[in-house]
Amino acid sequence: MYAQMVKSEATQDDPEKLAAFQARIDAGDKIEPKDWMPEGYRKTLIRQIGQHAHSEIVGQLPEGNWITRAPTLERKAILLAKVQDEAGHGLYLYCAAETLGVSRDELTEMLLDGRMKYSSIFNYPTLTWADMGAVGWLVDGAAIMNQVPLQRTSYGPYSRAMIRICKEESFHQRQGYHIMMKMAQGTPAQKKMAQDALNRFWYPSLMMFGPSDKDSVHSAQSMKWKIKMNTNDELRQKFVDQTVPQANHLGLTVPDDTLCWNDEKGGYDFAEPDWSEFFDVIQGNGPCNTERLAARNKAWDEGAWVREGLMAHAAKKRAAKLAAE
Amino acid sequence: MTDQTALFEFLLRLGDNTLVLGHRVSEWCGHAPVLEEDIALANIALDLIGQTQMWLGLAGEVEGAGRSADDLAMLRDVWDFRNLLLVEQPNGDFGQTLMRQCLFDAFHVELLTDLTHAPDDRIAAIAAKALKEVTYHLDRSSETVIGLGDGTEESHRRMQTALDLLWPYVGEMFTADTVDDAMHTAGIGPDLTALRSRFDTRIDAILAEATLTKPDSIYAQSGGKTGFRHSEHLGHMLTQMQWLQRAYPGATW
Repeated sequence: MYAQMVKSEATQDDPEKLAAFQARIDAGDKIEPKDWMPEGYRKTLIRQIGQHAHSEIVGQLPEGNWITRAPTLERKAILLAKVQDEAGHGLYLYCAAETLGVSRDELTEMLLDGRMKYSSIFNYPTLTWADMGAVGWLVDGAAIMNQVPLQRTSYGPYSRAMIRICKEESFHQRQGYHIMMKMAQGTPAQKKMAQDALNRFWYPSLMMFGPSDKDSVHSAQSMKWKIKMNTNDELRQKFVDQTVPQANHLGLTVPDDTLCWNDEKGGYDFAEPDWSEFFDVIQGNGPCNTERLAARNKAWDEGAWVREGLMAHAAKKRAAKLAAE
Repeated sequence: MTDQTALFEFLLRLGDNTLVLGHRVSEWCGHAPVLEEDIALANIALDLIGQTQMWLGLAGEVEGAGRSADDLAMLRDVWDFRNLLLVEQPNGDFGQTLMRQCLFDAFHVELLTDLTHAPDDRIAAIAAKALKEVTYHLDRSSETVIGLGDGTEESHRRMQTALDLLWPYVGEMFTADTVDDAMHTAGIGPDLTALRSRFDTRIDAILAEATLTKPDSIYAQSGGKTGFRHSEHLGHMLTQMQWLQRAYPGATW
């Protein structure tokens, strides 16, 4: 779930057009870039896809943090490939957003000056190698919960990007779980790292789904438009139900004393994360918000001469080609 | 020096070059000037780490002491590394990274081309696989050096600075020593003088298009591929790269 609390836009379009649009969505049609769409639909999608793209880009940083310290050549290669995939996901998503009339540079500027958000999860630090396992297992696991249904979202380019992304994400999740398994079955120190990683990433992972439905003000319109396919609580429940048996299999303990199986609902009862922490992180006060944004700003600012240089060269080539014709 | 010892040293040179450069390039991950460059740099690092697994794997086999590619990568100290000084130089700015890459790629393409004809099938097979990847690396690094050299005034200045800084590390690639001589005599290693002239042809063309000036100095730093005297940078890199294996000996990951 890389898009959280996406504010849906009110829309003031012709009621007849709106009704026809809604009928298309209800019939399961895909909306394509050249089709008429309500302004609110377009703006909400830009916000959601943009936030998702930014999450992929900022999400490179916590994992990139361990590439130079990966314990074996194979682990280094797998992690590099994974982070490269994430940059690729960012690229597909920016392209999908561009079909809605916003450029990648505009979106980037909005990320860098704080007007647009990225997922709260990437504001947590990665402290041991087990965190590479936990991020793949829990964070990618939570992302998949949301992204699998989004393959059926109403906007064609977004849906197609999700189909490609989901294939790679499930691979990442398996790799993450594999790292956790190695650690959980390893030396006492490795097992300690694995448990510590689960302790630190459990609640932030639950936060990825966004606030509880009763506090989530933006869901109804987005769900009607099939931009959002499930409620936050539905997805969170599904995630917990899937993940707890996996933790048990690893011999790790989920850091929640209240966790227990509820026969009646056919799922686990579990403790809510500390939502005040979530809002703090969203407001910019998470453990790594400052570093993450500073790193992206530094890359962008220090890369300006490169982008300008390459564009200047391309312009010279075009001019030379024209002159030759 | 026996042929086996020379072969082991030669394979370490190949594998340490790709390991150390792959590591350096991977340091960019998430910090490149544009998303496409992030993806391309990760891709190049990934290719180089993959080549490392093959070269160091073969080196371990040839040595016959039961050391794996990971043992060689993670458990040797600076003096046992056999990479060129060029590849251990810090990334600097993006221009410096790409200049280092281009200089190495131009050498690497020629070296691998020769190695595809090696009488040892294992070497020829690794070289053939790596050559496909490295041909792409050179396409990309040379295009970028050209684009930035012949870009804006600032990008030109930065690329010239990078070239001037790195040029003294070029000579080491072509300075033959006993290992190179033994490998050439065995019909495996290239004739480094001939390689140099092919390298010069490529680099001269790239630099001309990039409007950059090749430094006059032919002074060459040395000590990397023999392990006699690495730069101070390599130790810091190994501190990071080898940390987990050193801190938790015997663990599997």
